[in-house]
Amino acid sequence: MADEEFNSDDVVAVPLRHPWRWVFGGVATALLLGFIWSIYSAKSIQHNIVTQFMLDPRILEGMFVTLWVTVVCMFIATVLATILAIMKLSANPLQRWLATGFIEFFRGTPLLLQIVFWGYLGIIFPNLFVGIPFTNIIFFSGQTSQLIPAILAGIIALSLNEAAYSAEIVRAGILAVDSGQVEAAKSLGMSGGYTMRRIVLPQAMRVIIPPMGNEFIGMLKNTSLLQVIAVAELYTQASTISSANLAQIELLIVSGFWYLVMTTVLGFPQRALERKYGRGFAVVGARSEGRAFKVGKR
Amino acid sequence: MTKLMVDARSVKKRYGSNEVLQGISLTVEQGEVLCIIGPSGSGKSTFLRCLNHLESINGGRIIVNGELMGYRQVGNVLHEMKPSEIARQRQSIGMVFQRFNLFPHMTALENVIEAPIGVSKVSPAEAKKLGQELLAQVGLAEKADHYPAQLSGGQQQRVAIARALAMKPTLMLFDEPTSALDPELVGDVLDVMKGLAKAGMTMIVVTHEMGFAREVADKVVFIDKGQIVEMGTPKEVLDKPKEARTKAFLNKVL
Repeated sequence: MADEEFNSDDVVAVPLRHPWRWVFGGVATALLLGFIWSIYSAKSIQHNIVTQFMLDPRILEGMFVTLWVTVVCMFIATVLATILAIMKLSANPLQRWLATGFIEFFRGTPLLLQIVFWGYLGIIFPNLFVGIPFTNIIFFSGQTSQLIPAILAGIIALSLNEAAYSAEIVRAGILAVDSGQVEAAKSLGMSGGYTMRRIVLPQAMRVIIPPMGNEFIGMLKNTSLLQVIAVAELYTQASTISSANLAQIELLIVSGFWYLVMTTVLGFPQRALERKYGRGFAVVGARSEGRAFKVGKR
Repeated sequence: MTKLMVDARSVKKRYGSNEVLQGISLTVEQGEVLCIIGPSGSGKSTFLRCLNHLESINGGRIIVNGELMGYRQVGNVLHEMKPSEIARQRQSIGMVFQRFNLFPHMTALENVIEAPIGVSKVSPAEAKKLGQELLAQVGLAEKADHYPAQLSGGQQQRVAIARALAMKPTLMLFDEPTSALDPELVGDVLDVMKGLAKAGMTMIVVTHEMGFAREVADKVVFIDKGQIVEMGTPKEVLDKPKEARTKAFLNKVL
């Protein structure tokens, strides 16, 4: 029989060589080493100042502020974004217009401008009060600058802006769920809200999480813009120090290093979330070819 | 006396100027199995989807279990129902889709118990017990912890049937349940459906499986271009069709 001609697993082939991978890798390594060396050997950079401020309490405090402001803003933004996305997909035209208007407004003006606006809200509205319009009944009033300190203004600005961007990501995720899912849910007697919560959103998460990871990293870096309204986050702390000791580049290196560490660490929870919401779905695009630099031995 | 489960009276459905259903009238009694056959685009699936109000209708009335579907009639005026009321009406009507539409992020068992727990407020322990029984009934007891992607098409469709049964429906709608299956998997699904019919479930089945219709159906209706062309027992419609259009269709599919 013809079958006996081949024993099982008898494909012992010499792996295909990829010489250009080695060339490219060599060039990239040389460029990277050159760059590191040029920074390291630059006379204008005082390395002792870099190491001195790397673990300075003010820098660490700034990092802490950066981190918690990022987390709070992303939390608020994600909740708002989900509401906006559902509103934008609603059958109610008023809800659609409201959501579209919100998104257009906050995407269409620079983030820096929005931060300054919220920071200087006290100049436009010196006093804030809660009451019933056209009557003298006031439940609560106070000075804007006291009610909304800089850090709250910053959180409002970053959250609203981020909500506008994330809303489109959430909407894309919802639209990516097969319409048959909603029909199946309806036919089982599930309400619209229940279907959204239990059937649609968990499936949409798979599509939403990777770009939201991007947004998270973007948010972490955008908190540095809060320097303009004097919120004591990492970049503000670094520039306060450097305006005193005039070591601008050194402190940029310090804050840049910590930003890089934080954005890298944020990648881990993202992967865990992707695994959680990827359950039930086969992994596509997994590398079947193995490592890039495979050295054939046979 | 037998009870009328479905009473469709000159049901009309339009998409723009395209009249998909041009007045469909039929009745299904409790425990009866009705098979709907017809060429693609004839409106048979649309009619099925009108029965549980997945599609709204433009004319006529649909009465399931003695209740007008999707509307409340006050005198001569129809009022649209609230989504929650429509959802309640749908709970007693199970539906099985051509492309299964299982929830991919849930295991087979989770698919089956989701609606009983979330909609009917059955306790999780009780729902699990019921879910295991239903999965056993469709021959998939050992696949309870598998995700849909790990199941064959035929297995997925049987889970979908179990999922619909978990709501304890009084009427089951099947929308071409075997059309998306490999030929060797069709038999398992049809066997489950035959078992259901034998147990007395009222069923409306849109199908191309003439063998199934002949064996199980109490009544067969042939729909073409949004109209009922012929209706009767399987023998009458499938073996001795009177209408030329029925004969032409059967010649093509048999």
